[in-house]
Amino acid sequence: MRPVKETSPARGPAVSLRGLVKRYDTVVAVDSLDLEIRAGECFGLLGPNGAGKTTAIEILVGLQTPTAGQVEVLGQEWGKDDRSLRSRIGVSLQETRFPERLTVAEVVALFASFYPKSRDPLLVIREVGLVEKAGAWTSKLSGGQRQRLALACALAGDPELLVLDEPTTGLDPQARLAFGDSILSYKDRGCTILLSTHYMEEAQRLCDRVAIIDRGKALAVGSPGDLIATLDANLVVEVEMAAGDVEDEAVRQVAGVSSVRRENGALLVSVREAHITVPALLDLFRTRSATLAHLTLRQATLSDVYVSLTGRKYRDE
Amino acid sequence: MNSALGHLLLARFRESIRHPETIFWTFVFPILLAFALGIAFRGERPDPAAAVVVDLPGAADVARTLRENDDVRVKVLSRAAADHLLRTGGAAVLVIPGDPLVYRYDPTRPDSRLARERVDRILQRAAGRTDRLPASDSLVTEPGARYIDFLVPGLLGMNLMGGGLWGIGWVIVEDRIRKLLKLQLATPMRKRDFLLAHVLSRMVFLPLEVVPLLVLCWLFFGVSPAGSLLTLAAGTVAGALSFAGLGTLLASRARTTATISGLINLATFPMIVLSGVFFSVSRFPDSLQPLIRALPLTALIDMLRGVMTDGAHLAELLPQFLVMGLWGTLSFVVALWIFRWT
Repeated sequence: MRPVKETSPARGPAVSLRGLVKRYDTVVAVDSLDLEIRAGECFGLLGPNGAGKTTAIEILVGLQTPTAGQVEVLGQEWGKDDRSLRSRIGVSLQETRFPERLTVAEVVALFASFYPKSRDPLLVIREVGLVEKAGAWTSKLSGGQRQRLALACALAGDPELLVLDEPTTGLDPQARLAFGDSILSYKDRGCTILLSTHYMEEAQRLCDRVAIIDRGKALAVGSPGDLIATLDANLVVEVEMAAGDVEDEAVRQVAGVSSVRRENGALLVSVREAHITVPALLDLFRTRSATLAHLTLRQATLSDVYVSLTGRKYRDE
Repeated sequence: MNSALGHLLLARFRESIRHPETIFWTFVFPILLAFALGIAFRGERPDPAAAVVVDLPGAADVARTLRENDDVRVKVLSRAAADHLLRTGGAAVLVIPGDPLVYRYDPTRPDSRLARERVDRILQRAAGRTDRLPASDSLVTEPGARYIDFLVPGLLGMNLMGGGLWGIGWVIVEDRIRKLLKLQLATPMRKRDFLLAHVLSRMVFLPLEVVPLLVLCWLFFGVSPAGSLLTLAAGTVAGALSFAGLGTLLASRARTTATISGLINLATFPMIVLSGVFFSVSRFPDSLQPLIRALPLTALIDMLRGVMTDGAHLAELLPQFLVMGLWGTLSFVVALWIFRWT
C-alpha cells in the first residue's frame, strides 16, 4: 500500500470549470456550466441521460474541446503538455469494449504500460476484485466484471484524479453496491474521484458532493445532505391506496403539506412535521372512505430535490 | 523499444493468433489457392484442345482422323448440343463437315484459336498437304517458365496486400467502434506508438505469411527463387510496409465495419485485376500502362517476379521500391494527419 495522500485544504481544486459551453450544430450539450471539484473528494455528476454529463466529462479529460469556457484540471490546462496531465488522470468511459481475446491481466498490463508511474497490474486486479478472472478472456466477463476491468484500467496509472463516466450503468443493484465500495476505497487513499451517474441513491451513498445536471446546466451543487435540507419539507409520505382515492387538491389543503405528486400509482406528499401532518392525512382518507394498501414515511432523497428543481419527475432509466 | 510500444505490439500479436479466422485467411487460404491453381495449371502435359464435330454427313471420317492425334479431344454431337458446349466453354472449336468445312469458334478465346489451328493442321495433312519447310519443336518444361512460376509471386503479392489492408484497416476500425481508441487517447499513450505497433505487427506476421507458401511451392511444384533471398526479403518488407501505410489510411476515418470493408474492397479488387496477379499486365492497353505501373501491387508483384523468375538484383528493382516506398510513406503521413481518434 502506498501512503495516503495528504488532503490539506490548502490544495487547490482538482477540477475547475468556468462558463463551460459545448455546442454541436444546433444542440447545446453543455450550457455555461460552472463546477469546482475539491481535491480528495468524491464528486458526483447527477442527472438523466442526455443532461450533458458525458460531454462535460469528455471535455474535462481532454477528449473534446469546449466551444467556450475555461477548464483547469489538477492545476493545468489542456493544450500545454497534455501527456503529463493525462498521466495524472485515470479514465473510464461509457460502453468501452475491450479486445475480446485478451485476458484481464493483459489488458490491465497494456494500460499500465502507457503510464510513466504505473502500478503492478495484478495488485490493481486484486483491488477491484477480479483476481479469479485475471487469466480469462474479456469476452467471458459479466457486465459487472467488465466495469471492474474498466476501473482497473483507469487505476493502472496510479492517478490523482479518477474520472468514471456512468461506471455502474446496467449493473444489477447488488453489483452496484459492490462496485461503489471499490470506488470508495480509492477516496480513502486520497484520490479525487469524479463520477457521473443517473442513479440518485448511488450518488447519495458515494458522493461527498454532487451537482445536479439538467439540460447542460448545474441546477444545484452541494453535499447530498445539504441539498436535501434546501427542500422546505424534507420528509416524504408515500401512500398507496387499496380502494378509493383522494384528489391531489384536497391533500394539498392538509396542514403542513408542502407539495403533492404521483409516481407509479403512489401518492407522494412532502411534509415538514410528520407528527402533525400524518394523522391529518389519515383523517382525510377516512372521511373520504379511501383505504390504504400501505403508507411509508421516509427522508426526502436527491430524487425529490431533482423534482423540486425541475418540476419534472425523475426517471432512473 | 519502449514499454508501451512493446505492450501494444504484444496485444496485437496475441489478438491475431487467438482468432482462428486470421490464421485461415493469412496462412492457410493462400496455400490452398496456390495448390488449387498450381494443380489446375501444372503444365506437365498440354491440355488437349476440345473439338466437337457436328453430326452431319462426313462427321465420322473427320472424327476418326482427329482421334488419331493426341493433341485433340474429340466428340461428335448434334448441332444444338455442340453450340451449347461452345457457349459454355466445354468446346474450344466446332468442326462442321461439308463443302467447305467450317470452323466455328470465338476468336477472342486463345484456346479456341489454338484448337482451330491444330484441328486444321491435322485435317489438312490428312488431306495430303505437306510441310515445305522442315522444322522441329524444342519444348520448355523446366521450372521458371511455367504458369505456377508466374502465379506464386502474384499470390504472394496479393496475400501481402490483403494482410496489410485487412490486418490493419479492419482492426483499427474495430478499435474505434469499441471506443478503445478514445479510451486510449485519454491515457498518456503516444499516438505514434499505437500506429507504429500496427505497422510493426505486420513485420511480425510477414515471415509467417511468406515462408510457408514459398517452402510448400518449392517442395510440391519446384518453384524456387532465381535471385537472392535477401533481395526477396527486402522486397516483401517494402511491400508489407507500403500496404501497412495504405491500410492505416483507409482506416483513418471509417466509423463502421461496412465502410472499411467497402473501402478495402474498392482498393483491392482493381489491383487484383490490373496488377498482374493471375495474368500478365501487358494484356492491358499501352495507354493504361503508366497508371498500372504506379499501383503498389504492380510494383510489389513485378519486384517479386523479377527476383523469383529472372533473378533480378536490388539495383534493377529500384523503380518498384520507389513506388512502394512512396505509397507507404504518403498514405501513412496523410493517415496521421486526418486520423479520427474519437
